Amino acid sequence: MVNYSYISFVLIIPLVVFLITGLFGKKMPGLSGILGALGMLGAACLSYFVAYQYFLVDGRVDGIYPTVMAFKQTWLQFTPSLKIDIGIILDPIAVMMLVVVTTVSFMVHLYSIGYMHGEERYATYYSFLSLFSFSMLGLVVSSNIFQMYMFWELVGVSSFLLVGFYFTKPSAVAAAKKAFIVTRFADLGFLAGILILSFYSESLDFQTIIHNMMDYNGTIFLNANAASFMGVSALTWALCLIFIGGAGKSAMFPFHIWLPDAMEGPTPVSALIHAATMVVAGVFLVARLFPVYSQVPAALDVVMYVGAFSAFFAAIIACTQTDIKRVLAYSTMSQIGYMMFALGVSGYWGEEGLGFTASMFHLFTHAMFKALLFLGAGAVIHYVHSNEMGDMGGLWKKMPITHIVFFIACLAISGVPPLSGFFSKEEILTAAYQHNKIVYAVGLLTACLTAFYMFRLFLMIFWNKEYKAHGRTEHHGEAPMTMKLPLLILAIATIFAGIIPFSMYVSADGTAVESHIHLREASMAVAAGAIGIFSAFFLYLKKNERPEMISSAFGALYRTAYKKFYVDELYLFVTKNMIFNFIAVPAAWIDRNVVDGMMDLIAAVTENLSDSIKSIQSGKISSYVMWFFVGAILLSMMIVYAL
Amino acid sequence: MGDMKFILAISFALFFIGAYGFLTRRNMITMLMAVELMLNAVNINFVVFNKYLYADKMDGLFFTIFIITIAAAEAAVAIAIIINLYRKFKSIDENDIDTLRW
Amino acid sequence: MNLSLLIAIPTLTLISILFVNGKMARVAALAGSFVQLGTALFMLFSYMNLNDVSHLAFEESHVWFAQWNINYHIGVDAISIAMIMLTSVVLVAGVLVSWNIEDKTKEFFFLLVMLATGAFGFFISVDLFVQFFFFELAVIPKFLLIAIWGSGRKEYSAMKLVLMLMGGSSLVLIGILGFYYYSAEAGTPSFDLQTLSQLSLSHEQQMWLFPLLFSGFAVLSAMFPFHTWAPDGHSSAPTAASMFLAGISMKLGGYGCLRVAVFLLPHAAREYSPYIIVLACIGILYGAFVTLKQTDIKLMNAYSSVSHCGFVILGIAMFTKTAMVGAVLQMISHGVMTALFFAVIGMIYQRTHTRMGDEMGGLLKVMPFLSTVFIVAGLTSLGLPGFSGFVAEMTVFVGSFQNEDMFHRFATIFATASIVVTAVYILRAVGISLWGPIKKKEYESLPDASWNEKLAAGILVLSIVIMGTMPLWLSDMISKTTETLFP
Repeated sequence: MVNYSYISFVLIIPLVVFLITGLFGKKMPGLSGILGALGMLGAACLSYFVAYQYFLVDGRVDGIYPTVMAFKQTWLQFTPSLKIDIGIILDPIAVMMLVVVTTVSFMVHLYSIGYMHGEERYATYYSFLSLFSFSMLGLVVSSNIFQMYMFWELVGVSSFLLVGFYFTKPSAVAAAKKAFIVTRFADLGFLAGILILSFYSESLDFQTIIHNMMDYNGTIFLNANAASFMGVSALTWALCLIFIGGAGKSAMFPFHIWLPDAMEGPTPVSALIHAATMVVAGVFLVARLFPVYSQVPAALDVVMYVGAFSAFFAAIIACTQTDIKRVLAYSTMSQIGYMMFALGVSGYWGEEGLGFTASMFHLFTHAMFKALLFLGAGAVIHYVHSNEMGDMGGLWKKMPITHIVFFIACLAISGVPPLSGFFSKEEILTAAYQHNKIVYAVGLLTACLTAFYMFRLFLMIFWNKEYKAHGRTEHHGEAPMTMKLPLLILAIATIFAGIIPFSMYVSADGTAVESHIHLREASMAVAAGAIGIFSAFFLYLKKNERPEMISSAFGALYRTAYKKFYVDELYLFVTKNMIFNFIAVPAAWIDRNVVDGMMDLIAAVTENLSDSIKSIQSGKISSYVMWFFVGAILLSMMIVYAL
Repeated sequence: MGDMKFILAISFALFFIGAYGFLTRRNMITMLMAVELMLNAVNINFVVFNKYLYADKMDGLFFTIFIITIAAAEAAVAIAIIINLYRKFKSIDENDIDTLRW
Repeated sequence: MNLSLLIAIPTLTLISILFVNGKMARVAALAGSFVQLGTALFMLFSYMNLNDVSHLAFEESHVWFAQWNINYHIGVDAISIAMIMLTSVVLVAGVLVSWNIEDKTKEFFFLLVMLATGAFGFFISVDLFVQFFFFELAVIPKFLLIAIWGSGRKEYSAMKLVLMLMGGSSLVLIGILGFYYYSAEAGTPSFDLQTLSQLSLSHEQQMWLFPLLFSGFAVLSAMFPFHTWAPDGHSSAPTAASMFLAGISMKLGGYGCLRVAVFLLPHAAREYSPYIIVLACIGILYGAFVTLKQTDIKLMNAYSSVSHCGFVILGIAMFTKTAMVGAVLQMISHGVMTALFFAVIGMIYQRTHTRMGDEMGGLLKVMPFLSTVFIVAGLTSLGLPGFSGFVAEMTVFVGSFQNEDMFHRFATIFATASIVVTAVYILRAVGISLWGPIKKKEYESLPDASWNEKLAAGILVLSIVIMGTMPLWLSDMISKTTETLFP
């Protein structure tokens, strides 16, 4: 066993870059981009090296991958048993996430050099990007649930800062606020869940929690199951509440409303945060606590149904949107739903853990191809200066490289063999088939829709009609090299990531599981994808009347889906009309008029009292003398007669 | 001792004439004079008690002299105040000068 | 270390302010406050080097008024040291922020330093009478600060603030006299905290003394429903006075609640704790919701102080060691954070001449430094990890949750809900005032922070970050004290 403590540099590098670019970035605007990219390159190399050493050099001990504590330092002590440790934990999923995060982050850093070129707050952008990378890396290596919560909040705030990067645009401001507040609301569940879970498991440390909760006959596990509230055990409550936190970050229904709006941020940011890394934090959270979840079928069912519903729900909406980034956002939500229900259908031991492996696998491949899609979309937006599909079309001639990589990514997400998406998706569907047929059917339908809307997107951008430059001159070619290079690298990853024997490395209980293609499930999945692709080609290859006919045929359903099923409006109604108007406004009124009124009332009563007795002080000397005499006489009478 | 009663009756009358004058008159000069009456009533009391009860002592006489002195000083101060009040209010009627409140 | 230095230095500063002329007063005040900060730091380090912290450190006692057994008895524990650090940091920042006061400079700084002197004396004194003396010394200057240098309805606000605080302190005085009376009955009359804590009072005696002492101090810490002086006072007070009011004075209240009321009457405190918890929870959520409605950013921060100080009361009333540590942490954290907030709001107001959030907009573009500081203060307020607010709030939450019954659990969850509302109003303020398009043409040429403003903000931000990233030493230090105080 080697010493892994050098891995802490993966966290330290982005933090240092953040501080340097944040404090001194203004003085060296050009340099901060290069510094950021170089830093992330270093972090990426480090994490590849860790992955190499962890999986291939050290390998398994007693048939499972050991959990390595690379670094641990007490940060805050609540009670003797409850303390926040800042630690770095290395286990298969953490190492995998390190690779994913550093890779995508490096790509985005590199890509942004070209994309954000000439931006006024270029250095600030890089410092935020580094802050995000730091927080996300801290999140994935968390050894302590509270440490995870801390980094969880930090990624939230860096997402807030990045979404609101164009802060003079009111829509960006609104989107940033919405993203933060919705996830914050969900974090409330996470926090409550942590409080309950830590109280019953008597620890905040992941390993201890898992150890205590896997001990079926231990008093801790029994207590957590025996204590119940409203007929549900404390453990189930804790896990469901924690899942709420995960659902918020991962944009699961009904907390998904922030994700499409968050596309107001710069496109590379969307690629990094809202496609590949932060939004899968919820999946990662459930995966991190998976041994505990697997003890509580009820909680896993919640995860499964929420995931499946979100996957399907988002896919429907994605078919109707016209803003390319929003289509991708809903697609992300849909794919994360996939990962969620894969976790939900999974068991813990051996072969039953297929869902877990599949979910992590899909997380991995999805990060690659979704980042590719976003960066490709960014290149398109950079060229067209618009997000609307209607302004595009026929771009394949203008941007051949983008066209090809986008095509590869679309094939991958649609599950076409032998691209990476095919393998992970096939595994998820197989796992679902073995566990729950309804979820399987939903998954299959979603796969079909996914292929459809992705190719709709692809064809609308690159084919469909001739490109018209809208009166502007052709000022530049496709994209600078710094933007093209990440696209190519990610495209290669998208093609080949599928052949990694993932289940050998990542599984629920740490043992190696031999994965094989299930022919029936695989062919079903491919067929579903093919249907979607062909119908998209039928409708969108050339501009024609068919899409309008179909959308008008669906009528109300189409309009509702286009309006995102009015979930936003519902939220707005509840928050603005109910909470603001019925709680905040009356509370403010009560404060001024009732609570403060009480104080003013006391003052007024005192004043009135004084008014009514102050007329004794008439200012007339003779009346004072009168009182004086009366008093003197009374006093002397008292002295003479009473004593 | 019979004389003492008469003299005390006089000082008693003098005091309450002064008090009555002070309460009923509105002119400040008159009020000042009423005060002087009351002070003189007290002086008479001091002298009488000294003469008839403590003939071997002089305390009462001393007090009388003190009071006369102070009454003189007081009258000077009071008249100065009254003159100032007259300058401000154009009146020495006590009813017009009622700002001494609240 | 001689603890009397902590009073001597500000007193000397006061005298020197009297003898220098005009603008030199601010230099004297700044020098004095820096020396005070240095002394406080020195005290902190010498306290941390002590081996035995089970009793008061640096104790000192002189007879002051032998007849009534009043002693000038001073001494510190970790809680008071934390408060002294807070006070000296806020003092330095407050002096720096008021650097450009034009009107009656000398008097202004005199009152400011006098207020701080009262606070220092309050935190170090062990004798209740002396403590009360300093308590009043810290309250009175506020009246003048608000009534002379304030804005808006300043006379009304100043009067209201002082009357409410005086009302509270009169309750405290009755409580102290009650203690004095009972101690006289038991033997020797005494005002000494240490002696009084040994006094065994009957149930009834405790039950009537506690509400007096606790609510008297709670008025100062703006507990619902005694908080209404805060919004009025803050909205009229000059910047430095607001910083002192929320950063120091409210802490006098919290410190008094914990170190006097609950320490002397633990039994009654437990009996009353459910009611206090209910009030604290109402205060937390209610304060947050009222904040949501405010458009005046200074008023917003005043109400958010009500909400945040609710956590102090909540932590105290929850009666677990962790929660009490959390309450103390929250006092420090909120003190620094709110001072920073008021400071930066004052700086922005000086430039834009409006405090209405919706009349600003796009300020981040014009004054990046001030806006960044504003955002830092906001993020601290909403409890972002890495800043002090997170540490304090989480300690309160985890500590509160250690109570097993449903009442305390629900109260905790109820209180945690405020973090969402806090996020909403903070982001709303940031969104409307700092982000978005620049609303007025004249804002485009506004200057960013000057050196004194940068220094003030820098000191406060540094304190927040130190507490937020390295909380262990502080929480350890405080928990040792709470363990000896509440075994």
